Amino acid sequence: MFEIGLAHYLSVAAVLFSLGIFGIFLNRKNVIVILMSVELMLLAVTINLVAFSAHLNDLVGQVFAMFVLTVAAAEAAIGLAILVVYFRNRGSIAVEDINVMKG
Amino acid sequence: MIIQALAFYMFAFVAVAAGVMVISARNPVHSVLFLILAFFNSAGLFVLMGAEFLAMILIIVYVGAVAVLFMFVVMMLDINFVELRQGFLHYLPIGGMIGLVLLAEILVIVGGWILAPETAKTAMAPTPEALTNTRALGELIYTHYIFLFQAAGVVLLIAMIGAIVLTHRRREGVRKQNITDQVRRRPEDTVEVRDVETGKGI
Repeated sequence: MFEIGLAHYLSVAAVLFSLGIFGIFLNRKNVIVILMSVELMLLAVTINLVAFSAHLNDLVGQVFAMFVLTVAAAEAAIGLAILVVYFRNRGSIAVEDINVMKG
Repeated sequence: MIIQALAFYMFAFVAVAAGVMVISARNPVHSVLFLILAFFNSAGLFVLMGAEFLAMILIIVYVGAVAVLFMFVVMMLDINFVELRQGFLHYLPIGGMIGLVLLAEILVIVGGWILAPETAKTAMAPTPEALTNTRALGELIYTHYIFLFQAAGVVLLIAMIGAIVLTHRRREGVRKQNITDQVRRRPEDTVEVRDVETGKGI
């Protein structure tokens, strides 16, 4: 109980990841909250990488966690830019309206 | 040890509670604020695990840049959020079911899984004992992982260019400064010297 090990951190990451998935299903119309859910999932992945890095005494996990953070920042910037352009063109951010390409 | 455990439970509980609020808050501005709270508590978890540099990076990059970007977009776009929340309860059962099933699966894996005994010996870069976390990471990413580090920079550059190209627009009827015109302008072209007779105007 008071001995905090790898499993504790992995459990927290698992809960956060599931919350991210849950958020995507729950807010199916609101792209902003979907992007935030994706950020939560990436955060869970980062926690996993750092937990294993600390447990195995291997710094490479933290290097990769840094790379995940970089990619997450880039993803947020591009996603929000697309969102702004979409809102300018359509006046709404509802996901159901995204059918211009008729894909 | 007990202080570490208490700190872990506090950080973990607040992070998970903030995560719940992120996906269930009525107002997206509150969602962003709870996202910031979740990031702060995850940074606390990182410190507990001994990854101080990543904890600070998480706060600087996420709270300082990404969360502010989210906040900016949420406040800039004029969106009717009540309309977007329609169907929230409709999606609750299926979303909750999928989330719970996934969580149960991951927890089963985490609970019934052990490391192979020889894994610890195969570490690519064992954590040095004498160095601080920041210094050890720096000595790693500037030597063995320099190409990965450069690739991260390229990813950020491309993201920046992409975001600028996407959101940049040329608007008609905006008066802008034209430096070439200003520099090319000569006094002879614009200033005219005239003799004005006394008592008369031009």
